[in-house]
Amino acid sequence: MPMEFVDHHIRDKYLKVDRLPHIWCPGCGIGSILNAFLLGMEKAEVDPDQVIVVSGIGCTGRVPGYLNMDTFHTTHGRAIPFAVGLKLARPDMHVVVFSGDGDLVTIGGNHFIHAARRNNDLLVILVNNFNYGMTGGQVGATTPTGAITTTTPYGNLERPFNIPYLAAAAGAVYVARWTSLHVRRLAWSIAEAFHRKGFRVIEVLSQCPTTFGRRNKMPEGIDMLRWYRDNCVIQHYADPKDAEIVPGRKIIIGKFIDITDGVETFEEKAWNLVRKFLGDRIEIPFRKGLRCPKEIPG
Amino acid sequence: MSLSPGIYFMSGNSAVAEGAIFAGCRFFAGYPITPSSELAERMAARLPRVGGIFIQMEDEIGSIMAIIGASWGGLKAMTATSGPGFSLMQESIGFAAITETPIVICDVQRAGPSTGMPTYVGQGDVMQAKWGSHGPYEIIAVSPSSVQECFDLTIRAFNLAEKYRVPVIILMDERLSHLYEKVRVPRKEDVIIVNRKLPKSKKNFLPYLADADLIPPMPPIGEGYHFHVTGLTHDERGYPKIDPEVQDRLVRRLCDKIRYHADEIIDIQTYMMDNAKIAVVAFGSVVRPAIKAIKLARSKGIKAGLINLRTIWPFPEKIIREYAEKVHTFIVAEINYGQIVHKVRESVNGKAKVVLLPKMGGAIHTPEEILNEIMEAR
Repeated sequence: MPMEFVDHHIRDKYLKVDRLPHIWCPGCGIGSILNAFLLGMEKAEVDPDQVIVVSGIGCTGRVPGYLNMDTFHTTHGRAIPFAVGLKLARPDMHVVVFSGDGDLVTIGGNHFIHAARRNNDLLVILVNNFNYGMTGGQVGATTPTGAITTTTPYGNLERPFNIPYLAAAAGAVYVARWTSLHVRRLAWSIAEAFHRKGFRVIEVLSQCPTTFGRRNKMPEGIDMLRWYRDNCVIQHYADPKDAEIVPGRKIIIGKFIDITDGVETFEEKAWNLVRKFLGDRIEIPFRKGLRCPKEIPG
Repeated sequence: MSLSPGIYFMSGNSAVAEGAIFAGCRFFAGYPITPSSELAERMAARLPRVGGIFIQMEDEIGSIMAIIGASWGGLKAMTATSGPGFSLMQESIGFAAITETPIVICDVQRAGPSTGMPTYVGQGDVMQAKWGSHGPYEIIAVSPSSVQECFDLTIRAFNLAEKYRVPVIILMDERLSHLYEKVRVPRKEDVIIVNRKLPKSKKNFLPYLADADLIPPMPPIGEGYHFHVTGLTHDERGYPKIDPEVQDRLVRRLCDKIRYHADEIIDIQTYMMDNAKIAVVAFGSVVRPAIKAIKLARSKGIKAGLINLRTIWPFPEKIIREYAEKVHTFIVAEINYGQIVHKVRESVNGKAKVVLLPKMGGAIHTPEEILNEIMEAR
């Protein structure tokens, strides 16, 4: 049988294909996560023209640049406050923050917790690769204790953030964690989160063989995926306190929190205040047509 | 809505807030800091009533990034701060410059460095306003010297930001921010309000392709333009390009769009400069004792005049150069240990004497201090 060459992908329409190939290393997980995001957006049946994607700096920060949508690649750590302003100005848009762990919870940690506390209506896709990949593999606030990085050559002395616990404690109304291996469930979770409102966080554990894995006995991308396969347990509505990632222990993934029904977003409060003064003289377009898609398959 | 035409009595901080609302500002993000806080307080009370949004952010970095986001969301947006907060905003000012985002920042200068004297006047942020972020870029800075000018120049700041797609800084100072004076609010139809230019068509649209005026039209979000905005060096498509040629083209345009329009942007005010032999150069609160000093000098028969730098950046080099042919001495009075004096010296280029009359911060010059310097220079 003659070999058939496929020169396009089914979701090319969402990509700026003239920008490919992308910058990510062989074995990196960001591509799979991006694909899951596009699949999730498709499942959610939202109009891509109404989805604005914002990132900060880092490997994951490069995601928006490949999307054939309105996208913003901002400064290091500041994707969330940029998105806060953008979303307040245009409450009718789906604003997605798609960035990395170093960007969102290390340098940008303060913005993360305050946007969660305020319940800003943002969907945050937080790709956690446990280190600063783009700058060569330095330690971050998510690096497991004891892990070897270029700035912890004798092992990480610090304790990492437990992101679901941090997000939940700060007030996030939707909190889930998946991995770059669990792409189908991740896509469902993204689809579901599109139809929630408020500060929604989906942490996606990814693999970074180039700057993290190879220093920590997982030299190939597949090695980190095996780690996820062998150690992740799906446990919906688990206590986020138990979600800490400790090498050698089970990693809890799944949906931790989903309490978005009836919780007013900051955008609703701010624009309702305007409405109080101006009444019908001002038309405020909030996101419309939110619905709950099919539950995430177990 | 914005204030109806008439005469009002208000502080400099309030006049900036009202000028902003008059200009169409509908988004304010800020963080409390003396001596600018009343500006945020006024915006918090006023914006919801005029259909705008106020948000107090977790810090000044969040504040400026939120206004950059809101500006891309289509609202005219501003923040206000003072020295320490202004320092925190510098990285994002560079981001606004390279992404060509219209924003207005009011920096109410206090005595620095560091925490310095929060409740006392300073003018130490003049160079930071121009050079504070890394890399080559241009911004516009205006400097009011009366409460009326706080109102008027804020409208102008928004117009310039929208027209040139550039961050515009209102370099205020503490003394002016807390000064109460009469403000005449004009009729809407008597004031020109500028709005950013929008692309004409989605067909073959390139988000960073500038028109002949070097300013690219700014696309709205959510309408299918599919544009990418990045702080990385980018080409006309908005795509990141790590390439010295693209960098050269972009940086030249970012700077030249301001430099080429400098004559249009610069709006300085002179007082008794017609036959002056001594020019006092001042801005902000210092303009006021300077005017008094000029009057005293004139009463003694000394031909002194004042150049009020209402536009500090781009610096009015040409105007200073022209006066350098006419006066023998420039006295630069500023509340710092010598900042704008360097620009004056550079513009004068040895054609006249340039004397710095500094104040370290905490107080403005007295008319007598300036007069003494004029007498010395005579």
